Amino acid sequence: MKKLSRHTFRSNTLPSMAMVGPVTLWLAFFVAIPLVYVFIMSFCSIDESYNIVFKFTASNYERLFNPNYMQIYGTSILVAFLTTILCILIGYPFSFMIARTKWKHKALLYMMVIIPFWTNSLIRIYGWRTFLGTGGWLNHLLMTLNLTSEPIEFLFNKGATVLGMVYCLFPFMVLPLYTAIEKLDQNLLEASSDLGAKGHTTFRKVILPLTMSGVFSGSIMVFIPCLGYFFVSDILGGGNSDMIGNLIERQFQSGNNWPLGAALSIILILITLLLVKLYQKAGGDMDSLGV
Amino acid sequence: MNKKAKKVFKKGFGIVFCSLVYIFLFLPIIVIVTGSFNATTTKPYISWKGFTLDWYVKLFDNSALLHSFGTTMAIAVITTLLATAIGTIAAIGMYKYKFKGKSVIDGLLYIPVVIPEIVLGISLLTLFSGTNIPRGMLTLILAHTTFAIPYVIFNVRARLSGYDNSIEEASMDLGANRITTLKNITLPVLAPGIAGGALLAFTLSIDDVIVSYFVNGQIKTFPLKVMESIKSGVAPDVNALSTLILLGTIILVILTQSDLLKKIRHKK
Repeated sequence: MKKLSRHTFRSNTLPSMAMVGPVTLWLAFFVAIPLVYVFIMSFCSIDESYNIVFKFTASNYERLFNPNYMQIYGTSILVAFLTTILCILIGYPFSFMIARTKWKHKALLYMMVIIPFWTNSLIRIYGWRTFLGTGGWLNHLLMTLNLTSEPIEFLFNKGATVLGMVYCLFPFMVLPLYTAIEKLDQNLLEASSDLGAKGHTTFRKVILPLTMSGVFSGSIMVFIPCLGYFFVSDILGGGNSDMIGNLIERQFQSGNNWPLGAALSIILILITLLLVKLYQKAGGDMDSLGV
Repeated sequence: MNKKAKKVFKKGFGIVFCSLVYIFLFLPIIVIVTGSFNATTTKPYISWKGFTLDWYVKLFDNSALLHSFGTTMAIAVITTLLATAIGTIAAIGMYKYKFKGKSVIDGLLYIPVVIPEIVLGISLLTLFSGTNIPRGMLTLILAHTTFAIPYVIFNVRARLSGYDNSIEEASMDLGANRITTLKNITLPVLAPGIAGGALLAFTLSIDDVIVSYFVNGQIKTFPLKVMESIKSGVAPDVNALSTLILLGTIILVILTQSDLLKKIRHKK
């Protein structure tokens, strides 16, 4: 009996510990403990010299209901929602076409979605500012064509922020959609049309249900990061479309109120948990969020 | 005739639509590349003052910028090695063995992937500050490795799902021990997944802004250097460096991808 358990130890427990041990420790130290610490900190306060006082208080959570903050949550949800919808509306037909084209350089079409993302995202967002700014390319073009005499301010509003967010997050919508659409069985589509279904009926009854998983995972991968991309609303929104991310960033950098920032982060964590739960309820596979 | 015309129209519409999407995706890249050839020397470096290659030369005099690029590469290389080693071994271990708490590890793995980066950034900041770990290279590497590990694991795991366990048994039956089997059988079979994961870890690390922004201390990576320069206008030498990085990445990917493709074809 003892021999057997020693055998299991050597052939199962020991190697599994050696292989999974490092990652377990890593995740415990750098993911679990920090999040627990943020949670604890959200119930702390600061003294006059910005030191954190570890004494229980719910005041940070009370401050979250400040009307100014409420407006920022509203903007955040609106921007993230519009970004997700636009990514679906543009990304779906686009993915459909590049995933089902018979062109022999199909792989190139896919690569060309990823290539722009090898340039730093900040500098690309700044590129949009150069393009759209009052002294920028677009205004230059419009004025040369005599379409406007005064430069138009395209920047520093919610629209510009949404544009930047769509730009940053578009591939996260396209990649899962592409995978889902590429897997579609041609025979099913033919069967549907053989049975007399018109194009839009086939789309509604066959294509859409089979690719919905891609829409769901794409939406998760667009909506959630969007709430935290503070640099996009900074550079393109110019303070007129602040989001939760900007609020948190300020508490941890210039504002120096870490406990309040921690409480604001808890909101983001709760939104993430809620959306992931909904995603799983809708039959979403967690593994398709990763790649 | 009518049907045919409709089909042609549909196809034409598709091509126009896709082209517009690609223009949207590449427009800022065109702005950056053009900016790197702009002869302007006055902030914010937007108006066009003629074509020049000067910035590609001047770039090599800007030691702060070059230094930030070196830092970024060093962090990315170490992160990739660490994340790939830990992630690959973990993925194999989680695939092969059953043990208690596996679902907990699985759950923890998804956190860095789905949680907004800013939350990961501030949580690591509070950890490093609470434990008095000085912020700098070390904390940047620790933070980057944290968000890279899950991607390596998912990539290797995807490769493992089609893995035939019997080839390992065959290797052991023929007298190879566990380590030899891992080295000569398991790892080569998983190589494409490992390479994919490593490439992803590397690109995530060099591009990271948000997490780095909170844990960097005095160290400036290239993206943070860009962030710093945004207020006064991004200078053309930054554009020049970005253009070179993009070119370098494209060449690297073409080389590695075609190498991988060749290997796969050869095996078949």
